[in-house]
Amino acid sequence: MTDPLLEVRDLHVRFPVRRNLLGRTTVENHAVSGVDLALVPGETLALVGESGCGKTTLGRTIVGAQKATSGSVLFEGEDLTAMRDRDRARYRRQIRMVFQDPFSSLNPRFTLRQIIGDPLVATGEARGSELEDRVAEMMRRVGLSPDYMDRYPHAFSGGQRQRVNIARALIVNPRLVVADEPVSALDVSVRAQILNLLRELQSELGLTYLFISHDLSVVENLADRVAVMYFGRIVELASTADLYERPQHPYTEALMSAVPIPDPSLKGRGGRILLPDELPDPSNPPPGCAFARRCRHAVEGRCDTGAIPLEDGVRCVRREELDLQGIVATQS
Amino acid sequence: MTLKESDAPDGMTPSPSEVRRTRASQRQLVWWAFKKHRLALVSAWLLAAMLVVIALCEFVAPFSDRHRDSEYTTAPPQVLKLWDTDGPDGFRFGLHVDGYTSEQDPRSLRITYEADPDDRVDVGLFVKGEEYELFGLIPMDRHLIGPKDVEDPMYLFGTTTDGQDLLSQLVYATRVSASVGIIGVLLAFLLGIVLGAVSGYFGGWIDNVVQRLIELIMSVPSIPLWLGLAAALPATMGPVGRYFIITTILALVAWTGLAREVRGRFLALRSEEFVTSARLDGSSHARVMFRHMLPSFSSHVIAALSLSIPGMILAETALSWLGMGLRPPAVSWGVQLQDASKWSVLSGAPWLLIPGLCVVLVVLAFNFVGDGLRDAADPYKH
Repeated sequence: MTDPLLEVRDLHVRFPVRRNLLGRTTVENHAVSGVDLALVPGETLALVGESGCGKTTLGRTIVGAQKATSGSVLFEGEDLTAMRDRDRARYRRQIRMVFQDPFSSLNPRFTLRQIIGDPLVATGEARGSELEDRVAEMMRRVGLSPDYMDRYPHAFSGGQRQRVNIARALIVNPRLVVADEPVSALDVSVRAQILNLLRELQSELGLTYLFISHDLSVVENLADRVAVMYFGRIVELASTADLYERPQHPYTEALMSAVPIPDPSLKGRGGRILLPDELPDPSNPPPGCAFARRCRHAVEGRCDTGAIPLEDGVRCVRREELDLQGIVATQS
Repeated sequence: MTLKESDAPDGMTPSPSEVRRTRASQRQLVWWAFKKHRLALVSAWLLAAMLVVIALCEFVAPFSDRHRDSEYTTAPPQVLKLWDTDGPDGFRFGLHVDGYTSEQDPRSLRITYEADPDDRVDVGLFVKGEEYELFGLIPMDRHLIGPKDVEDPMYLFGTTTDGQDLLSQLVYATRVSASVGIIGVLLAFLLGIVLGAVSGYFGGWIDNVVQRLIELIMSVPSIPLWLGLAAALPATMGPVGRYFIITTILALVAWTGLAREVRGRFLALRSEEFVTSARLDGSSHARVMFRHMLPSFSSHVIAALSLSIPGMILAETALSWLGMGLRPPAVSWGVQLQDASKWSVLSGAPWLLIPGLCVVLVVLAFNFVGDGLRDAADPYKH
């Protein structure tokens, strides 16, 4: 087994909500509570879950846009969370982020040349003709003509902007790319192009991806493994094929049932699992399984007491007893 | 606003107008929009002309600011004529004004002046007059306009109660008043932008400290504050020192409004992903603030800048008019208007209000330009 490129150990991120008169935090929201993850070089790990489950916060903490409350993020064995800003700067180029919103993530006052080249300019790595060459090379790589270099983002469509985003992330030759819902703001037709591009770039450049998404149908074709996140915790972690065929956590099953089935002849099988809207209060997490109150398999007295560990990649006390429904084979 | 473009990476060749639009920098887009605002454009030309007058002030003014003619105090404006028909040899071409005849009222002892068509004063362009140094460097004695004989009276805007040429004084006063406005606003902006940016970008206790400071300054009524600060100046201070101190005082009071505006913009932009991304790209905080964020609203800043110059000019005028700002021999619009503050003087010499007209004109011009810029600043909104 190869050494992991990135390891996340017992990571917690909490946001202060209210402070008392002395400035002490009295109420805080738990965005990420105790996540363990490991990524091996060259793989794609998808992080899925509903809005507000903490997946974006986890991604932002890994790239360093958010401070961890406790726990650690290790890159090739080096603990990034314990580092001071100056030491951490060296790792910024190794771990890059592709943002979700292709509109707000590009500075409207910068040309593509400035946007894509900015990481090189900010660190003083390249300038003049070398900078231009590298920007042009990167633009070609992501499928943009270098002729567009002096244009402003407002002249581009969402898909093209996302290519710019990818180019900016990759221009410093990173090892790991955290892609935060890179296609969720795009049209379905454009989505496939961007996903293909990401896949091609991965094999060409030997990238490792942490792919954050709320859409299981997007993840299925791209990811090697999938981590399902719920309420700041990972509830299931398995290889993509296993997870889609045999989900072991009731939350995963519910997510699977929401994936649209394109084949009308299979309609009606399985059926949608509708979850009640009883989200737990993030400032006051319930004991036991956080999903218990919405889970149709929950048993009183077993699911709502004590901490439930992640065992064999599943965080559920009833994992042995349940027979859950995966996605019906769509390729026939 | 978004152009119709397919997502194909290598699209068809763009049309020339499309290239023009998509490659236009922010500055060009603002200029195109600004040009459509007629009043603003006219005002901009007016201000440009004013800047030229300020720069070439010694050359434009017929007399120096020290010139005093005790023979003609409170003389009315003359009319500049191109030819005359009733001279000794009939029709004669040539720039000239009529001289004065004076008459003293035996009861009030007030001297009144009348134009005297028989006393012709020849006026020329680029005439030799008093010596001066242009830009403080080039010694010259030519004036744009003036009497051919320096001793002759040529007072197109009349004279002051001291017998000074109002037009020359006005030209010199424009330099002082407008530059107080512009320099003061630049100083205020430096303070306002830096403090506003830091306040909005970092937030937290820094924001708190800056905002409370702003509230403190804003809560003090400005006229007594200026007066207090100006009264603290030593009376022996020279006009140049006084000029700079007054400018600084005005700036120290005026930066707060802009700091608020800049802070708000930074607060709004802080959560944009391109800001996060700039940090992750390895930019320092200063680079993120002033290279990435500030350009997003630089046109608004420029608009706010031209909108706040009038306030500064009016403040200087008010302060000087009250006798607490600049003092003679320095001339500013406020100093000039002091002359016009007595009804007994003004009733006999309404031309003393011309500097006031000048204030109104310049203030309006700055406001129109500011308005035009503000409207033009958001080319993406249309």
